[in-house]
Amino acid sequence: MTEIAAPRAATAAPARMPSTLRVGLSRAALETRMFFREKDAVLFTFSFPIILLVIFGSIFSDQMEGTGLSVSQLYVAGLIGSATMTGFQNLGIGIAMDREDGTLKRLAGTPMPPAAYFIGKALNTLLVSFLQVAILLAIGVAMFDLELPSAASSWLTFAWVFVLGVLGSSLLGVAVSSLPRSGKSAAAVITMPFVVLQFISGVFIPLSQLPDTLARIASFFPLKWMCQGFRSVFLGDAGATLELAKSYEPGRVALVLGAWLVGGLVLCLTTFRWKGRRDG
Amino acid sequence: MTTAVRVRGLAKRYGDVQAVGGIDLDIQAGEVFAILGPNGAGKSTTVEILEGYRRRDAGEVSVLGTDPGRPTREWRSRIGVVLQTANDVAEATVRETIRHFAGYYPNPADPDEVIERVGLTDKAGKRIRQLSGGQRRRMDVALGVIGNPELLFLDEPTTGFDPEARRRFWELIQDLAHQGTTIVLTTHYLDEAEALANRVAVVARGRIVAEGTPATLGGRATAKATVHWAGGSEETDTPTKTVLELSRRFDGEIPELAVIRPSLEDIYLRLIED
Repeated sequence: MTEIAAPRAATAAPARMPSTLRVGLSRAALETRMFFREKDAVLFTFSFPIILLVIFGSIFSDQMEGTGLSVSQLYVAGLIGSATMTGFQNLGIGIAMDREDGTLKRLAGTPMPPAAYFIGKALNTLLVSFLQVAILLAIGVAMFDLELPSAASSWLTFAWVFVLGVLGSSLLGVAVSSLPRSGKSAAAVITMPFVVLQFISGVFIPLSQLPDTLARIASFFPLKWMCQGFRSVFLGDAGATLELAKSYEPGRVALVLGAWLVGGLVLCLTTFRWKGRRDG
Repeated sequence: MTTAVRVRGLAKRYGDVQAVGGIDLDIQAGEVFAILGPNGAGKSTTVEILEGYRRRDAGEVSVLGTDPGRPTREWRSRIGVVLQTANDVAEATVRETIRHFAGYYPNPADPDEVIERVGLTDKAGKRIRQLSGGQRRRMDVALGVIGNPELLFLDEPTTGFDPEARRRFWELIQDLAHQGTTIVLTTHYLDEAEALANRVAVVARGRIVAEGTPATLGGRATAKATVHWAGGSEETDTPTKTVLELSRRFDGEIPELAVIRPSLEDIYLRLIED
């Protein structure tokens, strides 16, 4: 039996709690460090879009009538859209795993502000998506005659489509992470809708070749609008005639992505579970 | 003495199962308090309510003066929680993880000192997934104490340990207790409760069936002793007298003499059977 010791005195001056931003940045650093240490996952995360680009770009190298654009350039824009949405998949699976392996439960027992966890995930996703996009652009330029836009306004469009897209799809990923019943089933549950969405949103197949119904379904989800935004940046005015609406509709892109950002946030705040289903 | 934990009439039900059915507890600051009980007796539910993980259905609960049903960051920074199982942060090293968690608290302990205290100094640069079960558990304790908690919860901390690892783990807990940390521990192991705890409560069927020091729990100190010898045994309140009589009868040495008091385990098994 242990002797009863004099109780530890409460700390004299109530010290200030660390700020949410500081803890969030520290989470981002830890998440990023851990992400890059899982070498196999890193390799596949980055090589997947590259391989797709090289395959599709090599198969479909023809010009598109009357535009002076090649099909491979279309794929670069589509795959950048898809890379911008990786957050959906990474967070949907990653958070389901965090729930399963005890990360969330442990964090819930500490004074970490809940927002710091999401800041960490969001910054990590921004970085990973940014690197994916940078690699895709480099390969597009080197192998598939992609011309980077020179106008500052194009890069501005790129920036807001990218940031709105990453954050919106990350929030959506956070929300869907509650769907899988366990960490093990997460990959299957979350990959399927993502792949379907890629096929109907114009990543692999131009929207003009899809049945109307599918194109209409896709227009409720952010990926279609992200791809459209990136086409406006990388294909320029010449490509606008290929769009269903004969225009890139930047206003609607911003509106839909903005709506998903707000909707995703509400969904996260109302449905997020810090505990697993078997955890009561 | 000040009260660290005060519980009155705590109740919790899951569907048709009354997991906790009216528990009262008082745990003093500076005390090591063990909650014993079989699986499903309600001890983890009770502790998780105290830790602020679960909502209660009824009763009054105060932990360090705060209702854990409404946890605040300030309150969380004063308690430490060591969970039953966790396999998180596998790819980070011990030192990285402990430094990172230190950043959550207003008055953290020195990370290297904590690593030293849990005996992981030579593993500090190792990835967490490379640690053995016992080392992993000590890391969990390090994360539980990095914020300099006034109150530490340990949920079945040594399940699956080999005897040597368990002994080392006990020393770590005793060390924390000496420094004045209040410790609330659940365990299956009676020797663990006996080695560590100032007071023990036995929980069965959602209620506390006995409470006391390990030496007196369930009337252990006053229970009848059994005297065994070659050819007989006798239950008695006065074993010394019996031994003297036997010594006379055998004219000196009594063959195969043993005087046995009920062990904590005997008392415990009797308590949870009722």
